[in-house]
Amino acid sequence: MTQDQLVVDKIKATYPDAIEEVVDFRGERTLIIQPDKLKAVCQSLRDDADLQYDFLSDIVGDDYLPDFPRFAVSYHLYSIPKNHRLRLRVWVEDPDEGPETVATVWAIATWLEMEVYDLMGIRFQGNGSLRRLFLPEDWQGHPLRKDYPLGYEEVQFSFNWQEIDARKPYAKD
Amino acid sequence: MQLPSGGDTIQELTVEELRAKVGTGMEIEDAEEHLLLSMGPQHPSTHGVLRLLLELDGENVVNMAPDIGFLHTGVEKNMEAKTYTKALVMTDRLDYLSPMSNNLGYILAVEKLLGVEATPRAQVIRVILTELARVSSHLVWLGTHALDLAAMSVFLYCFREREYILDLFEMCSGQRMMVSYFRPGGLWRDIPEEFEPAVREFLKFMPARIADYEALTKRNPIWLARTKDIGVVDADAAVAWGMTGPSLRGSGVNWDIRKAQPYCGYEEYDFDVPVATEGDVYARYLCRMEEMKQSLRIIEQALNKLPNGPVNIDDRKIVPPPRAELGRSMEAVIHHFKLWTEGFTAPAGYVYQSIESPRGEFACYLRGDGGPKPARCHFRTPSYVHLASLPHMSKGRFVADVVSIIGSVDIVLGEIDR
Repeated sequence: MTQDQLVVDKIKATYPDAIEEVVDFRGERTLIIQPDKLKAVCQSLRDDADLQYDFLSDIVGDDYLPDFPRFAVSYHLYSIPKNHRLRLRVWVEDPDEGPETVATVWAIATWLEMEVYDLMGIRFQGNGSLRRLFLPEDWQGHPLRKDYPLGYEEVQFSFNWQEIDARKPYAKD
Repeated sequence: MQLPSGGDTIQELTVEELRAKVGTGMEIEDAEEHLLLSMGPQHPSTHGVLRLLLELDGENVVNMAPDIGFLHTGVEKNMEAKTYTKALVMTDRLDYLSPMSNNLGYILAVEKLLGVEATPRAQVIRVILTELARVSSHLVWLGTHALDLAAMSVFLYCFREREYILDLFEMCSGQRMMVSYFRPGGLWRDIPEEFEPAVREFLKFMPARIADYEALTKRNPIWLARTKDIGVVDADAAVAWGMTGPSLRGSGVNWDIRKAQPYCGYEEYDFDVPVATEGDVYARYLCRMEEMKQSLRIIEQALNKLPNGPVNIDDRKIVPPPRAELGRSMEAVIHHFKLWTEGFTAPAGYVYQSIESPRGEFACYLRGDGGPKPARCHFRTPSYVHLASLPHMSKGRFVADVVSIIGSVDIVLGEIDR
């Protein structure tokens, strides 16, 4: 049995309804997990002697605007003993109530979640370190979201100067 | 302590106010007794604009928090506004000491998304150049690490050899550092004729030069005193903290992506993965020194087997036609125009491609949405992850050891802040 299949069987045996979908693309296996089961699944993936996903490679936030659920968070796991990669993915409906932190499973998760929060604005529950990391403390918005403009500024003309000026985000008076 | 402006003193602030002021979210144990010291962002031994907030009890580090973002340029956001080919130039600027590795990580992700594979000749050239980049990156690491530990001359010798490698890069790509040489489906163009003899010359003199660096450092009592038993990480902690590359192998975990999950045909080369078990600064130093020698072995094997043939795949929807064809072929003009204005489209889906960069696991998460631009491009950069383990290595050590610990994980701020 391949490792890809073994992972699915193991999770199904412990948490029958945790896997929402199995996606295979370009030889990479992705398991879409129910957000409330994520932490338990991660814990079992790390502790199971046949799987041993002991290495959390990366956490990536993704924005699917205008779809709903809009945000997705991918966890890229790797098992050094079994030499196997796996991606877990959860859909996030409300970025203020994101998935639970997996810092108790892999210590590095706190640091990786901080980046996702700063740039994508997904608040991981239970992570007390979320703050502005790359951006200044008083920064507004989360730049990697799709509705965040890339250096775009509305052009003002004489006939609509006041109208556009009123909604420009800079300190007035 | 009197601040230069405003006139408020740090001692008068409560711990809460102090925490808000320093902006790193660090737990401050004893703000009354301990000294808070900002190391950086302008400090020669932080290897760039990194600010470390240190809580000191005398000379001992009680706690430490890295403060980053001084070099944040929004690389990932910018890439979403460029076509797959044009976004490549952004990757040079991540880890500016080994742009070839970044190029490779991104290009392999693009090729994986497209479902194509480079030609055998292109793959071998990619291996040669990324291994040269590894040597050049390790040379900068060794030079600056030695400079931090007050060994001035090592730096000068290392930069002499690095200059030779940069000349090799210039020979191929026209650029010393920001090369953008690997392109989706192959290379920008074939390597010039004078490249191979120049690399052979390099292979001839380099082993003796590495022996020179070792003679300067390996058994130097000052070097040993500054690196042995400092910044010790055991294997379990190193894995839990996501350490990769020579920093992980210094702790005794034998994991090299070139061996475990080979890309670019690395499985065909015969090389060893150096592993040390002590987990201290000296062990990481030994791993990197040995890695340079192994890289030379790989380069030699690659040069010997360099196959003839095209460097680009024969797919005009991805690789633009040669300039010479534009005068003769209408299709070539169309393909050229389409590729340089609109670019090629990639299917909807997401991929994750890891490579072994000089610093560790460099990975690219790439999502396509069927259009010509990446919908999301994220880089897992080893320096960013290594930064999280700095406080654990530094606690309880002297301030001077912090300098040596930073040097030993070999961080580059360009890829931390992105």
